[in-house]
Amino acid sequence: MNDLFYISAVVAVISTGIVITKLNVVHALLYLIVSLLAVAMVFLSLGAPFVAALEVIIYGGAIMVLFVFVIMLLNLGPEHIEEKKQYVGGQAWLGPVVLAGILIAELVSVFVRGGGQVAGNVVIEPKQTGIALYSIYLIGVELASMLLLSGLIGAYHLGRKDDKLDAGEDGGGQQ
Amino acid sequence: MTAVPVEHGLILAGALFVLGMLGVLVRRSIIFMLLSVEIMLNAAGVAFVVAGSRWQQPDGQVMFIFILAVAAAEVSVGLALAIRMYHKLKTLDTNAAGRMKG
Repeated sequence: MNDLFYISAVVAVISTGIVITKLNVVHALLYLIVSLLAVAMVFLSLGAPFVAALEVIIYGGAIMVLFVFVIMLLNLGPEHIEEKKQYVGGQAWLGPVVLAGILIAELVSVFVRGGGQVAGNVVIEPKQTGIALYSIYLIGVELASMLLLSGLIGAYHLGRKDDKLDAGEDGGGQQ
Repeated sequence: MTAVPVEHGLILAGALFVLGMLGVLVRRSIIFMLLSVEIMLNAAGVAFVVAGSRWQQPDGQVMFIFILAVAAAEVSVGLALAIRMYHKLKTLDTNAAGRMKG
């Protein structure tokens, strides 16, 4: 079933190419989600089902939703209504739907052919990944937790409503 | 049934990385630049998973999980900066933020 790998790889490259050339940011996001789903399919065909699920849940779910939130937050107000109408109108949905349809066809073919062993690659189970993650890479998990905490604090600090940050910008915090 | 050759997986990772880098270089909107950085991080993750699949070890997947954590932290701070920049400069064009004070 190596064809699954190649078809999803082509879908991923095509949709990523469209992402960096689209002018409308919401349409670009749609194509990027298709690209991430295609990469998840690549992972599945390479025998990595756990990261395939993580790719869909965290990249395609959480991070892309964050982007959509910010885009919608930036263009508030009546002067942007026309701009927002462009986001959903027209034939913009057609391209992502076609590309995602190819991925759905691949998924159906996996189920029809019996699932399990997708390609010639050995499937690495989530159990093995988890054991490696929490034994030899334990220090990495701790570092990732600290990184996420600092990211949380940084995002909270930068996203505050008051203008103390603007006033303190030329002086710096510590001076 | 033969496995997918590791070269083909790395070619995919390289193509995605180059596309992301082109996006960072060509686009001037900060949202598009953040999107392109996400593409590049994702391409690095693809390379790790391909290598892990080549040696049949879970290490590549573990590295992908770390890349996921880095991407989540990066995008949260980056988008907070984008909101800040929009409120201050009323634009998302990075050329407008090209001048520093002092």
